[in-house]
Amino acid sequence: MSTVQNFEIYVPKLLEKEEFFSAGHRACQGCGEVLALRLILKALGEDVIISNATGCMEIISSAYPQTAWKVPYIHVAFENAAAVGSGVEAAIKALRRKGRIPDRYVKSVAIAGDGGTSDIGLQALSGAMERGHDLVFFCLDNEAYMNTGIQRSSATPFMAATTTSPAGKKIKGQRTGKKNVPEIMVAHNVPYVATACPSYPIDLVNKVKKAKEVRGPAYIHVFSMCPTGWRCASELTIKLGRLAVETGVFPLYEVENGKYRLTVDLPEKLRPVQDYLELQGRFRHLGPADIEAVQKKVNQEVNKLMHKVKTSKSWLDMV
Amino acid sequence: MGKRVGMEVAIAAAEAVALCNIDVAAVYPITPQSHMAEHLADIVHDGRIDAEFITVESEHSSISACAGASAAGARVYTATSSQGLMLMHEILPIVSAMRLPVVMGNANRAISGPLNIWNDHTDIMPQRDSGWICMFSENGQEVVDMSIQSFKIAEHPDVMLPVVLNIDGFQLTHMIEPLEMPSQKEVNRFLPPRKPFAALHPDNPLSMGCFNMPDIFTETMKAKDTALWNSKSTIIKIWDEWGKQFGRYYKPVETYKADGAETLILTMGSMGETASIAVDELRKAGASVGLVKLRLWRPFPVEELRAATAGAKTLIVMDRAISFGGAGGPVATEIKSFFFHDRGRPRIVNFIMGLGGRDVAVDDFMAMVERADKIKDETYEFYGVRES
Repeated sequence: MSTVQNFEIYVPKLLEKEEFFSAGHRACQGCGEVLALRLILKALGEDVIISNATGCMEIISSAYPQTAWKVPYIHVAFENAAAVGSGVEAAIKALRRKGRIPDRYVKSVAIAGDGGTSDIGLQALSGAMERGHDLVFFCLDNEAYMNTGIQRSSATPFMAATTTSPAGKKIKGQRTGKKNVPEIMVAHNVPYVATACPSYPIDLVNKVKKAKEVRGPAYIHVFSMCPTGWRCASELTIKLGRLAVETGVFPLYEVENGKYRLTVDLPEKLRPVQDYLELQGRFRHLGPADIEAVQKKVNQEVNKLMHKVKTSKSWLDMV
Repeated sequence: MGKRVGMEVAIAAAEAVALCNIDVAAVYPITPQSHMAEHLADIVHDGRIDAEFITVESEHSSISACAGASAAGARVYTATSSQGLMLMHEILPIVSAMRLPVVMGNANRAISGPLNIWNDHTDIMPQRDSGWICMFSENGQEVVDMSIQSFKIAEHPDVMLPVVLNIDGFQLTHMIEPLEMPSQKEVNRFLPPRKPFAALHPDNPLSMGCFNMPDIFTETMKAKDTALWNSKSTIIKIWDEWGKQFGRYYKPVETYKADGAETLILTMGSMGETASIAVDELRKAGASVGLVKLRLWRPFPVEELRAATAGAKTLIVMDRAISFGGAGGPVATEIKSFFFHDRGRPRIVNFIMGLGGRDVAVDDFMAMVERADKIKDETYEFYGVRES
């Protein structure tokens, strides 16, 4: 066992005790997204300013005159969290330089759902990352527009039934695969890109801390289990996150300066994707042939990722 | 002391903004605003001011970045035009509802379609209900002065609202004009650094942009409306302050030979200068004609307009935009609505003209004054439409 793994055993005790996202918010029972958010805020600590997109986390946390946020927080609209976060970052940089705010480091953080990231917010995200703002962007991905009633997004997985990709007689759910936003972020030369899942809290917390240390753009794509939208029992949240990783549906990795690395090893032989699908109502309509098609797609994506893990090198070593 | 200079107005606008010691600018280029953006970039990149210049990927992001920066306590500026302003449309009422001071220069240009890059007011009129303070400038000097005044107005603790300053595209932005550029010392005296009422910072964590349930939304809207109406007295106070310091006085409604005139022409923006020459010509010919210029569009200066038009028989409203299939030009519609209950109100004639860069010369104003007497239609009329 390596030193690093030993270290991680003790990390839970080192987790921030203070809560920055207070109890009493309005999230659904078993919400994986709000669990991720709570852990993210613990890992970030208090010297942050959050720019949040419209969506589940905004709606459950900030009904005037109440707020669940104990850190400075702003919500402007749906598609512009990265742009608002850019403005916040520019302002704190300028004001600190000019001596108008205390001379200490404050991190600008933007948070959006999968719609606010991979669909309507993609342009603002691309702009912010390309410009190199000192900004961590979190995509809390529950794989559909859950806040508006489970409509498909470009992050909805292949074959999943949503209210706009229903399991019809002719068309069986989502016809496309999941848009690979982490890869798009790597293509922007973002120095730190990672995937995470609250079922692996220590892995998640470590990645958030790493992203916070970057002085420049960073992106973390967080798999956020949604019992309401995925049509499953609320106590399955953590299990589904584990299964998503073990089946290869959502591998956990990080990309540092272009170098891909798995942070949670995949099993020698992947668990069959059926184990993951059968617990969720959104895949209830799938027959054996459909499950086989999903399995093929998952295998393909895992192989693509493993190729990158094996062959990618850090940009820093390419000069 | 200020310095007399000959300068392109767009460049002068950027110079004036630089004098305001802004902290953050977020700008996306669009014709005819581009010289403003370019010159501001020059100023920042040469280190003449200490500011962050964010070259955003769209106007939607420029106004969003301005919102974030203003919420964090910075003095912020953006400039746009036409389609850019239309793209910002979604965010404009959020900025005003959140009471975030942002100053925007808008180089007025027609909105598509068809595409047309030239001057009219069709871009700003759809933003009428966004809750921003909205002003029009007539010449280069006004652009310089009003750009500086705008920051003081927007950031004033009794106002805390965004301000858009309209600068007619090409007709004004691309003119080289003689003007007085105030000195840094003078501007510093007029405009100290921003002291935000509330700002995003971990030392005092706040939540901004919380949503409203039906039980409080109406109250929020009322508060926004009240804030915009209340801003007028502070705007006037700040303009008086400017007048005392710089000797150039500004009023919500400006007049030219309007006293006792039977017929009044009403314009907004750069057209005022041409219209004033037409008034001189008509006066020479013995006509009782004067000019009223709306500087302030939101909040609407209704008392001042009533005073300026008292006793006039005809008010000819020159609209450079139209509400299709509706009551006519937005300016005339507004004035008709305010004057509806007034006894002895002037007859209101509405011309839709000067669209998409169509030149409106002195002769055209004279022709419209002549035509106004003959118009039977109480709604509106397009002026200068080529029928063949």
